[in-house]
Amino acid sequence: MKYIDGFRDPAVAAGLRARLDAVAAGLQAWNRPVNIMEVCGSHTMAIARYGIRDILPKNVTLISGPGCPVCVTPTSYIDIAITLAERGAIVVSFGDMIAVPGSSSSLAGCRARGGTVEIGYSPMRAIELAEAHPEREVVFLAIGFETTTAPVVAMLELAIRRGLRNLSLLTAFKRVPPALTALLSDPEIRIDAFLCPAHVSAIIGADAYKPFVETWKVPCVVAGFEPLDILYGILGILEQAARGEAAVANLYARVVTAQGNVHAQSLMAKYLEPVDAAWRGIGVIPASGLGLRPEFADYDAGRRHGVVVGLGAENPACACGEVLKGKQRPPDCPLFGAACTPDHPVGPCMVSSEGTCAAYFKYIVN
Amino acid sequence: MSEQTIQLGHGGGGLLSRDLIQREIVSRFGDGALKGLPDGATLPVPAGRAMVFTTDSFVVQPLEFPGGNIGDLAVHGTVNDLAVCGARPRWLSLALILEEGLPMTTLRRVLDSVKKAADDCGVAVVTGDTKVVAHGQCDGMYVNTAGIGELMDGFELGVGRVAAGDPILVSGPVGDHGMAVLAAREGIRITHGVTSDTGPVHRLVQGVREWAPHIRFMRDPTRGGLASVLNEVVEGQATGILLRETDLPFSAGAKAAAEMLGVDLLQVASEGRMILVCAPPVSEAILKVWRGMPEGRGAVKIGEVTATKGRVILETITGGRRLVDVPRGELLPRIC
Repeated sequence: MKYIDGFRDPAVAAGLRARLDAVAAGLQAWNRPVNIMEVCGSHTMAIARYGIRDILPKNVTLISGPGCPVCVTPTSYIDIAITLAERGAIVVSFGDMIAVPGSSSSLAGCRARGGTVEIGYSPMRAIELAEAHPEREVVFLAIGFETTTAPVVAMLELAIRRGLRNLSLLTAFKRVPPALTALLSDPEIRIDAFLCPAHVSAIIGADAYKPFVETWKVPCVVAGFEPLDILYGILGILEQAARGEAAVANLYARVVTAQGNVHAQSLMAKYLEPVDAAWRGIGVIPASGLGLRPEFADYDAGRRHGVVVGLGAENPACACGEVLKGKQRPPDCPLFGAACTPDHPVGPCMVSSEGTCAAYFKYIVN
Repeated sequence: MSEQTIQLGHGGGGLLSRDLIQREIVSRFGDGALKGLPDGATLPVPAGRAMVFTTDSFVVQPLEFPGGNIGDLAVHGTVNDLAVCGARPRWLSLALILEEGLPMTTLRRVLDSVKKAADDCGVAVVTGDTKVVAHGQCDGMYVNTAGIGELMDGFELGVGRVAAGDPILVSGPVGDHGMAVLAAREGIRITHGVTSDTGPVHRLVQGVREWAPHIRFMRDPTRGGLASVLNEVVEGQATGILLRETDLPFSAGAKAAAEMLGVDLLQVASEGRMILVCAPPVSEAILKVWRGMPEGRGAVKIGEVTATKGRVILETITGGRRLVDVPRGELLPRIC
């Protein structure tokens, strides 16, 4: 536990706070807040859990980004997964997806009505089930950012090697860099810097943020998920801002390298290719997803079962889209805390344990 | 084979039943009120004394876990409920629901633990019941205990008496029981791993009796952990609670397991700890007494009551503040 406690040391936190205050004081001349987007849902959760928003200098604003894969998965994806389970397939999913509302039901509801919906802690669960039930179709709900994509593809490779014919992926993989481009291109959103995700960066590498630094001149700082990591990451951003610089800084070097996990990258490239993808609440972002290459169409649940994931119906009052883009804070949504709670989520940002609304509901004091 | 596992006939009321009761129950608990197996226990209640009565059922999986089993857990759970009401535990009932096929050796280990824990707590098992259900209709065994205790003088407990400025004390590291059970269930093996804290708190209560009028509230943080109990204290009240993360006592093993499983230890059950809210002047004396007892040596102050209406707030290691919410429904099923 020393390894963890070292990244939660109150004395070091106090020292970092003092430095944050000092650097932020020098940024008063901006006459507006420095807007930092934390892209990743795990950062959003850690920031809320450690009360970090509460201690930041007044002229520093944290905006929660779209980095929760469950939150950005479109309603129609849930609907299709339910349809496949109703047609008799064994649907295998990570636990977070189970309670997410589709347009009329959730996978939990489908399971209660007799559909086979299995929760897997590892993608390998899909292989176990496909081998145990050769007479049934097994569909793995393949959602996630690069961090999750890599192990799912590793599972697919193993399934192909073992000659499994009854296993397919319903893909809704998302890529972080195209989403950042879309956010930076939106004239309604002002982002001064990115606090870049920790584990996604372990796969794609810190160098993946270089284009943003070069084209958009926004500092990109990779930070870990511990509270001191986050404070240190924000300090790194403010120091760049104070110097008028924009650079990629990897402050999570104990896990992330410049190149990332090259083996995972080549495995993903072997099986997957960029596709346009629908982000719940945001819309379609070009080349922001990964789909199976045509030569692996047999393993594509969409092609195999003749289903296409579109955007699906949303509750018009739900502000998840604005929240995911950082345009609104969760309490600004009329449904937040009233019609939409973790027990009865309307929007995806509330149902996922890493969703921005869930983080606000659970932890935020004011 | 009949000697090795529980059969449906063991609950049928016939010879097998009688044999089981004689060999396993009477042999352990047959003195006192249980002698001769009457249909009910006759108890000598002191004249003019208020009595406290409680019951709890235990369905923990696995039945045996590091630090205890369903037997001592069932004794401690009920003894502790009596104790935090300000009562001196006296008598227990013990009802067993056994699944056909349960190894007799498991039953014996559990009953040995019941006996040992009851003796340690100074309570007598005075009545009971045994039923057997078919294979697949229960998970090995379920246990129910009900308990009766004598209310001690001077205690006047209630959330309504809690006032801003009152310190919040806890008798030791919290969350070990829930994490031990969960780690055992998930097959997580950690070197120097987490052991259940299952144990009695009645001595802790008796040890601080002299300050009874100054004690406002006592509770054992079982299901839902500290988070649930503290939210109950302030719910609907004009008061709130401020905790300091740096003061929260957690064992290294529980922290490691919670980290791996992504669990918030504030929401995890203990089965041998208690929370106490008292008037400020007596808190140091209470902590001193507790720290001198084996079950209270890790006692600390974790925060205090504030005037923030109805909310439990944690000051984290960063100095920032966040809400301490009650756990949602899905957390850690069947830990007690």
